[in-house]
Amino acid sequence: MIPISYYLMLSAILFGLGVVAFAFKRNIITIFMSIELMLNAVNLAFVAFARSRNQLDGLVFVFFVIVVAAAEAAVGLAIIITIAHNRRTLNVEQVNLLKF
Amino acid sequence: MSLPLILFFVLAVMAVAGALLLILAREPIHSALALVLVMVSLAVLYLLLGAEFIAAVQIIVYAGAVMVLFVFVIMLLNAGTEDRTHISKIATWVGIPLGFFLMIEIAHIFWHARMTSAMASGAGVPYDAASTHDLSMALFQQYLFPFEATSILILIALLGALVLAKKDE
Amino acid sequence: MEFAQEFINQHAILVVSLIKIAVLLFIVMTALAYLTWFERKVIARIQSRWGPYYVGAHGLLQPLADGLKFLFKEDFTPPMVDRLLYILAPFLALSLALTAIALIPFGPPTGPYSHLFGQPLFIIANSNIGLLVLFAITSLGVYGVALAGWSSNSKYALMGGLRSSAQMISYEVSLTISVVGVLLLAGTLNFNGIIESQAGYYLHFIPRWHVIPQIVGFMCYLTAAVAETNRIPFDLPEAETELVSGFHTEYSSFKFAMFFMAEYANMITVSSLATILFFGGWLSPFPESWTWQNYLPGVGLVLLGVYLFFDTIANMHGIARLQLAVVTMLCLGGGAACLIPPVAAAIQGPFWFTTKVLLFLFFYVWMRGTLPRFRYDQLMAFGWKLLLPVSLANLVITAFVIILPLLMGHQ
Repeated sequence: MIPISYYLMLSAILFGLGVVAFAFKRNIITIFMSIELMLNAVNLAFVAFARSRNQLDGLVFVFFVIVVAAAEAAVGLAIIITIAHNRRTLNVEQVNLLKF
Repeated sequence: MSLPLILFFVLAVMAVAGALLLILAREPIHSALALVLVMVSLAVLYLLLGAEFIAAVQIIVYAGAVMVLFVFVIMLLNAGTEDRTHISKIATWVGIPLGFFLMIEIAHIFWHARMTSAMASGAGVPYDAASTHDLSMALFQQYLFPFEATSILILIALLGALVLAKKDE
Repeated sequence: MEFAQEFINQHAILVVSLIKIAVLLFIVMTALAYLTWFERKVIARIQSRWGPYYVGAHGLLQPLADGLKFLFKEDFTPPMVDRLLYILAPFLALSLALTAIALIPFGPPTGPYSHLFGQPLFIIANSNIGLLVLFAITSLGVYGVALAGWSSNSKYALMGGLRSSAQMISYEVSLTISVVGVLLLAGTLNFNGIIESQAGYYLHFIPRWHVIPQIVGFMCYLTAAVAETNRIPFDLPEAETELVSGFHTEYSSFKFAMFFMAEYANMITVSSLATILFFGGWLSPFPESWTWQNYLPGVGLVLLGVYLFFDTIANMHGIARLQLAVVTMLCLGGGAACLIPPVAAAIQGPFWFTTKVLLFLFFYVWMRGTLPRFRYDQLMAFGWKLLLPVSLANLVITAFVIILPLLMGHQ
């Protein structure tokens, strides 16, 4: 039987790597993918807690997180396509019209 | 060193390697494939935790639809090489260690946390032999309202994505 | 010997799984090779010509010649391709296509002959969510196509890859929804459970297969499955006259052979799924009481052997005569073996399953020889505007019909 803290550590490591990727990458699509990585890390924590507390509610949460992440990916990628057509670049440093 | 423990470490190494490849890859398509690797290894970890339906849903929806959408967008926009960033040296030398420190801090808290008995018991749907049947009963009885609200959310997202991605005639 | 017995008893799962995987892999690879022969022969007969008849008797050694050709061709990697993805794509396609076959049950899980050292013999992975795992593997199959198109650094390949993967993900939705009607009737995602829910007979002689109540679902499934495997009439992305072979334009020799095998393996998987979900899998169409059906495989093989015997004597010359004589001996020997009562009873499940899958494969090849192909916009419009609403309507009506007695009972 694997202790639940192993899974939670893995979830923490993946979340941390997602934060690092989010902060340091320049391509909009890669930043979006790091958000998905963070969501996956959180899903792993949910499933691990559902197992340790012996309840199904964690799994239901994971189900909704996956569904909402799919919807968010669809809309976010549509926005990214629009930005790419308008600004002709995928570098997030150059999408700075609203910067003061 | 039982077989589940070995399997867990193999999968954990695969997931962390995928996340590192996501950061270090020079082309977005390689990052996308690294993320698919992370998702597939997480799906097998869910199987190890006994959540078989969630594992299947993770692969069908997340790795098989959402990531395909990412790959499509990368191909359509012809996202080439990642630009070299002109980030300041201070940000690199202070930021990355701080990021790793955040990770180690959270991991340390999780490692030494003890589940209190109040957390271990409590109301909720029992997990034993979490089959698809039990999960769907919970989904359609206790969580019916979030389920229907999420359906409407997906519909709105569908319409929004269609409107946004349409070219102006 | 004692040590071997002890080892097998302790690690039965591992040993038996390895044996099953090895046997199944061998059978599937041979079946893939001879499926190409079957296709070429049938299409040739549809087009009033002979098909392969030169290489070996009746062209039976043609797959061997093709395999040798693929092995000996120059393996040319175009310049400026993305090397990792270029090499990964065919491996991904073939390994996913072959993994799906591990979930298919070929025979009953219970019965006097369906266990080997205590492990089920006729299925490699008997999973409680077998159908979902199969759909997961099918969803991942899109990557093989998309990455092949992208990494080839060629316009035709990119267009073919994008179109093909867009087609696959569009028809995947209809595929999964058209199957849910069957799930409502069967009540389980386990393949053996779905097959066992089709046992029994209407009016004592019509088998209670799911194709009868779910005929609309079956037709939606078949259409979506043909589109999913990129076969005619849905194969515009890889048609030779349109896109110079689509996403596998820039692939040669063994990597192309892997894509080729992956396509046929997908065909076999989808046909197996159609038999399991709609046509009763390893169940026999005749009632249990007709015990003469146990001798059908044996008698069939013996008759085939007799026909081949006369063919050998009358038509073959030289080395082809020797080769067909060997095949005749195999058929007669196999037929005699299948007539022995224990073997005949054991082989019933796999025999009916294989027969039904062969009928579906014949139907696939028949469609290839007969139908023209859809234009791409017609294809996408058909998938989203016709097939998806029909699948959804089938699901809603099935659910309604199932729940109606419960509603009536409450009143």
